[in-house]
Amino acid sequence: MLLRARRPEYLNLFTRVQVRGPAYEGVFIGADAAFRGRRHGFSYLLGKIGDAQVGPIYLGYLGVLSIVCGFVAFEIIGLNMLASVDWNFIEFIRRLPWLALEPPSPAYGLRFPPMREGGWWLVAGFFLTASILLWWARIYRRARQLGMGTHVAWGFAAAIWLYLVLGFIRPLMMGSWSEAVPFGIFPHLDWTAAFSIRYGNLFYNPFHALSIVFLYGSTLLFAMHGATILAVSRFGSEREVEQTIDRGTAAERAGIFWRWTMGFCATFESLHRWAWWFAALTPITGGIGILLTGTVVDNWYLWAVERGYAPDYPQVFPNVTDPSLATGGVR
Amino acid sequence: MKYRFPAAVGLAFLSFLGLIFVMQTFERPPVSSVQQGFRGTGMVQVANPRLAAMLRDVNQAPPALEAASADGDRASTIYENVPLLGHLSIEQFGRLMQAMTEWVSPEAGCNGCHVEGNFAAENVYQKQVSRRMIQMVQRINTQWTDHVEAVGVTCYTCHRGQPVPAAHWAAMPEHGARGMAASADRQNLGLPSVGLASLPHDPYSVYLADGADIRVVTRTALPSGNRQSIQSTEATYGLMMHLSQALGVNCTFCHNSRSFASWEESNPHRQTAWYGIRMLRDINADYIAPLRDILPPERRGPMGDALQANCATCHRGLSEPLYGAPMLRDYPELAPAAAAPR
Repeated sequence: MLLRARRPEYLNLFTRVQVRGPAYEGVFIGADAAFRGRRHGFSYLLGKIGDAQVGPIYLGYLGVLSIVCGFVAFEIIGLNMLASVDWNFIEFIRRLPWLALEPPSPAYGLRFPPMREGGWWLVAGFFLTASILLWWARIYRRARQLGMGTHVAWGFAAAIWLYLVLGFIRPLMMGSWSEAVPFGIFPHLDWTAAFSIRYGNLFYNPFHALSIVFLYGSTLLFAMHGATILAVSRFGSEREVEQTIDRGTAAERAGIFWRWTMGFCATFESLHRWAWWFAALTPITGGIGILLTGTVVDNWYLWAVERGYAPDYPQVFPNVTDPSLATGGVR
Repeated sequence: MKYRFPAAVGLAFLSFLGLIFVMQTFERPPVSSVQQGFRGTGMVQVANPRLAAMLRDVNQAPPALEAASADGDRASTIYENVPLLGHLSIEQFGRLMQAMTEWVSPEAGCNGCHVEGNFAAENVYQKQVSRRMIQMVQRINTQWTDHVEAVGVTCYTCHRGQPVPAAHWAAMPEHGARGMAASADRQNLGLPSVGLASLPHDPYSVYLADGADIRVVTRTALPSGNRQSIQSTEATYGLMMHLSQALGVNCTFCHNSRSFASWEESNPHRQTAWYGIRMLRDINADYIAPLRDILPPERRGPMGDALQANCATCHRGLSEPLYGAPMLRDYPELAPAAAAPR
């Protein structure tokens, strides 16, 4: 094709070359090898976006238990959604984005409510949490067995922190399961909006602001890093070890590029620390912000304006007052 | 030779799907915006002139009938059973009856409310309903001027030439399975009443009939005993979606969205809306809901209650019903100087 002839191979945005050797079963792991599957193969399409070899997968006790618990939670949520449209499968598909399994109403506090009024939510939450924690233990142990660090597990733990704050720790502190998030696509988004409104606008929560800094910062760092490595792939940037110690390499050019454009650059190693911390701090700071909401601060807007953290705009319409305070009027 | 799927065809197909999604989901420009608050606070109203033109056609007030003389004999001297309007002159009485026929019952004419040949007969339910509705209109025009101001309302504001106003609400039957399973009776069906959101979909019986507390936000920065839940906040949100849709406005028509609760930063429209909600509670409870006893089953909702009023009943997509046409000015009988009897 004309397009391909004109464009050099290194100007790619997806993997153009698939190197396919004999399948690799992985490092020796002793007796535990029994837990590792034997099935593996190659996928041309997956090779377009990653390694073409698929499997073998190591499931183990933790993986199986995690998948079972996750499946139980998924079924409880799905079957309750189906029941809420009177077991009508067409309605279920049509309304799926709107359907939800809701937490108990405030009247139940932290008690266990009847199954149809939030009991299923608690049961589903238990199994989902068990599934997530088992999966965490699984990736921790897999990393250990490979002799790796446990950075992935602790990054995942940061996300689990936010999940537990939203669905478990904060509801416990508020004394009501009704403070927790429903299981549903649009319902959890509407919950988010209502949560912000109830507590006086979450945008004035400084930890929410920090979380956004790290979230957007993560995307920026990821984009800078991805672009840099692709841009120096013509010099072999994927071969990191030789790159960092040799002169004139992709690594050095990438570093020079950022020192030219902004005076400072990360290294091939430290860039990944930047990325890890930005990603992990997003849910860590977000979780702190959620935990403070309703427990320590009840109206973030007033909190911010009273402390000079947010501006107090001039009143444009001078005579707007609360009609419920008018004497002799209706209530 | 190995067949290779041409990427350009796939790309074109995906673009086509994307185009359909965009056309189905978004509103075609132009969109005009008007600032309605302090600069930089996002207090703007957005409008699409093309869609506004469609609203204009269906929201026109009819021309007023020729004015009637207040002189001459009272209507009560020649008509029986006219307790409400018998004090009008015969000419005024006839004019109002003619106007009401055009507003409410243009097809059935006088027979929409009266027995042919015996206007005094009381055994037509429509006649009893009309009498109560005249009292309701008089009450709105005299007691709820905080909401309707001097513009006021007439039968036409809601009826628009139909015996039953097109926009109304009634209690809905419960959805979903019984037994142990959860239900979607309260929310999560994406119904039009709350703008297709997952919010609780019956804001009407909760807030426009029962008068539940709409306010959920704490008035102090730190916790001070406010136990309003996130779930009741969602219910309030649902009511606000109804207001927004019924009036064809966004949140910032009334609120500064940085602090929905703050009156100091609100637009004066919020006060008008506050009185409107109280007005609806008043007329639904005292005038419309009790009509269930005289309405035939086909005029009631699925649960047997009367079809009641919400914001859309009058507003029909406009912040000022009928673009603020002052119809009441031409029919002063509907706003008697003395406070209307309840």
